[in-house]
Amino acid sequence: MTDFEAVIGLEVHAELLTASKIFCGCSAKFGAAPNENTCPLCIGMPGVLPVLNRQVVEFGIKTGLAIHCEIQQRSRWSRKNYFYPDLPKGYQITQYDLPICLGGHVDIRLEGEDQDRSIPLTRIHMEEDTGKNIHDAHTDASLVDYNRCGVPLLEIVSEPDLRSSAEAGAYLRKLRAILQYLQVCDGNMEEGSFRCDANISIRPQGATELGTKAEIKNLNSFRSVERAIDYEIERQTKAIRAGESIVQETRLWDTDREVTRSMRSKESAHDYRYFSEPDLLPLDVSADWIERVKGELPELPDERSARFVSEYELPAYDAEVLTARKDVADYFEAAVGIHRNPKAVSNWVMGEVLRIVNDRKLDQELVIEAWPVSAQQLAGLIALIDDGTISGKIAKSVFEDLLDNDKSPASVVEEKGLSQVSDSAELESIVDGVLAGQDDKIAEYRAGKEKMLGFFVGQIMKKTQGKANPKLVNEILRKRLQSN
Amino acid sequence: MSDLISLSIDEARRRLDAREISSLELTEAFLARIEATQGKLNTFISTTPEMARAQAEEADRRIASGDAGPLCGIPVGVKDIILARGTRTTAASAILKSYEAPYDATVVARMRAAGAVLVGKLNCDEFAMGSSNENSAYGLTRNPWDTDRVPGGSSGGSAAAVAARQCIVSLGTDTGGSIRQPAAFCGVTGLKPTYGRVSRYGVIAFASSLDQVGPIGRSVRDAAHLLRTIAGHDRLDSTSVDNPVPDYCSALTGDVRGLRVALPREYFADGLDDDVRRAVQAAAQQLQSLGATLEDVSLPHTEYAIATYYLIATAEASSNLARYDGTRYGVRLGNDSGLLGMYRKTRAGGFGPEVKRRIMLGTHALSAGYYDAYYAKAQKVRTLIRRDFNSVFANYDLILAPTTPTPAFKIGEKTDDPLQMYLTDIFTISANLAGLPGLALPCGSSADGLPIGFQLIGKPFDEETVLRAGDAYQRDTDWHTRLPQ
Repeated sequence: MTDFEAVIGLEVHAELLTASKIFCGCSAKFGAAPNENTCPLCIGMPGVLPVLNRQVVEFGIKTGLAIHCEIQQRSRWSRKNYFYPDLPKGYQITQYDLPICLGGHVDIRLEGEDQDRSIPLTRIHMEEDTGKNIHDAHTDASLVDYNRCGVPLLEIVSEPDLRSSAEAGAYLRKLRAILQYLQVCDGNMEEGSFRCDANISIRPQGATELGTKAEIKNLNSFRSVERAIDYEIERQTKAIRAGESIVQETRLWDTDREVTRSMRSKESAHDYRYFSEPDLLPLDVSADWIERVKGELPELPDERSARFVSEYELPAYDAEVLTARKDVADYFEAAVGIHRNPKAVSNWVMGEVLRIVNDRKLDQELVIEAWPVSAQQLAGLIALIDDGTISGKIAKSVFEDLLDNDKSPASVVEEKGLSQVSDSAELESIVDGVLAGQDDKIAEYRAGKEKMLGFFVGQIMKKTQGKANPKLVNEILRKRLQSN
Repeated sequence: MSDLISLSIDEARRRLDAREISSLELTEAFLARIEATQGKLNTFISTTPEMARAQAEEADRRIASGDAGPLCGIPVGVKDIILARGTRTTAASAILKSYEAPYDATVVARMRAAGAVLVGKLNCDEFAMGSSNENSAYGLTRNPWDTDRVPGGSSGGSAAAVAARQCIVSLGTDTGGSIRQPAAFCGVTGLKPTYGRVSRYGVIAFASSLDQVGPIGRSVRDAAHLLRTIAGHDRLDSTSVDNPVPDYCSALTGDVRGLRVALPREYFADGLDDDVRRAVQAAAQQLQSLGATLEDVSLPHTEYAIATYYLIATAEASSNLARYDGTRYGVRLGNDSGLLGMYRKTRAGGFGPEVKRRIMLGTHALSAGYYDAYYAKAQKVRTLIRRDFNSVFANYDLILAPTTPTPAFKIGEKTDDPLQMYLTDIFTISANLAGLPGLALPCGSSADGLPIGFQLIGKPFDEETVLRAGDAYQRDTDWHTRLPQ
């Protein structure tokens, strides 16, 4: 039986974090009361004319540079014409034949692989978002909320070069991380500020021509993207094996039933009648402007991850996790700056800190402002472990006490009397007390049952509520068990 | 009273500033004139007497405080395709029957700031599509020179109102001749400025790359005053150009000596009415006698102008008029017919036949499979037409041509033949395609006693030369002072 390979291209729509909309002064913020952020322009009143928001172009350039595109010094605006109530002018102002960015790539690495794969991009263009039709608020009427209408978007189009749902997922996660690093998009898929359509086709392994594709819409989460791709690959493979042919069409992902469903075929597809937008001049971007933006680019995830490996000697995995978000990487570096034990800080960040961040859904914010424990507290806590004041186990309980306050770890340790017992004489007497009357167990140990050591340590810790310095306890125990 | 409505802006200004008359008296004179003549001419879609009186009183206060510019207290009319807050603005379409403008067009805001008095919104062809003012959902406008004839279009109301002395000056828009052609038919002076000279913000779009607002008056001087007020860069219109606005009136020196005037052969070819030919040639000779030089030139792509225009203008219109879908404002029909039914019924019932014809033409020109043959090719020809003008203007200061092939035609004469109707714009369309300033002014009278006009086309942003030549001509002739009975 022929083996098939999947050919996947993704179109990402990223809503930009500008203060105002792309062609008028209305707020671009999400979450206002319906139609609060509207004016004659963004609801398409007669006579209005668009005025381009410079920040949108700046964000377009920034994103393009970050993912290695060629920034076009001349691009232009076009009208995409179609009728729909959420599109007040009857056309969307977008870029068509001359977009702001061409080419570029996003580098991904799948779990278990030791090499990056570079996913080539086709283009990035700028455009305005539409409003939202609301069908379920009224029984007998549909409503339209134009708040989103005119919110700036970047459409980032990949080449059809992804081969699996895993690659698509990795690509999207990486792309989202980059946009978040740049602070041009908050990457929130649920609120629709980071949206994805997938073009999927299959072809016999080794073929060079593309198969007929289906475009999948309504992908509102990474999981949806991955599940829909898997579903679609299977659907198309089955169809071809059954001797059917694939119809070029747009399909909707049904999140509940986890299937794709036909929405419209190519025959009924819109003829958008693109033509260049006469109300806006061609967009000229100077070389100086591009250079300035280039100079202001922050360190991006890949570079930062590489630096974490070389500068902090972290495992690649740690570096990857820590640099996936700019704020997490910043937090890590702040803590390491105070107490230089990168691997310990990494373990704590990836463990306790991110656990609470995820529990509290703080990761849904573009930038975490209110960390449950400050980098300074975390650094102080690790310093107490490293200087022997507390054990790692005690540290976990101290960590809980640091949540949502600005206490110093040292003061918590002192307040609760959690300092380790490191006084040899005191520990010797505790050890002796535990060993007393345990002759049979001591004999077992001496007969070679090494793990009895753990039993005794446990007893001692229990007696000291975990405060005994484990290193000293071990030393004293071994000495005692060997003597006689 | 009849002397008040015959005043030029300068004369009115002198008398207002001397406190011989008040703006309110002046305004009342025009309101009375409108009242007396509106029924016969149907020049206005809406009159705004209350607003006009309030503005006149405000103007009188400004005049009293010595804060009056050239237009302060002067009654003006505005084509009903231009939004003026507080007025109904219909674009002469049924689809905007009860649409209240929620904001001021930049040109209106500038006129208000200058203290002008808005007497009403002037009739026109629906969405400025037409050459006779017969395409108005609010009834046709009649030519004051002969009420059986059309005033021209699409700014027919704007030209007829000035000719009938219902306002001193008016604003029109010109996409393919819509200021100049009715100015010629009504014996008044109208200027289409350079594309980008005047803001289009708040002007209901017909064809965005061609539309331009301009003044209509009974003299070049009056038009120059109004242009000075409305011209200049506007942040709200990205296609408006940030060039300084000269004092157009001080450019009116009367001196045309050494001006190199070109007469394009293609504009004097067969099909030109004999009366028109004689009058326009006489106008050229008049300028020559004042010291200008005349030479014949060629604009070889002229014959493609109409075809080019009717592809580009309709393509843009098909997109610009998509917003009238019954969803947010204006007329909604078929509310119970589902979304597609609502769209269909609203647009079928709301638009008139010429608008529908142009939407269909433009939609077709942009369609997949036809785009290259129609729209893309039209854009290329547009470039060739622009080059024709560039090469003439390398050696000449002005182009002189007839404004229209014939004087005003009869009402109903061309309504059944759109192609004949389109041909009436044959001499005006090229200036729009090339973005050039064009001034139409009266230069004669036909055997039937109808006005005849000629036009002066200038270099981009050289309205000064165009107006200077037109003013020099008017200083030496009296065609522009003749009034319809």
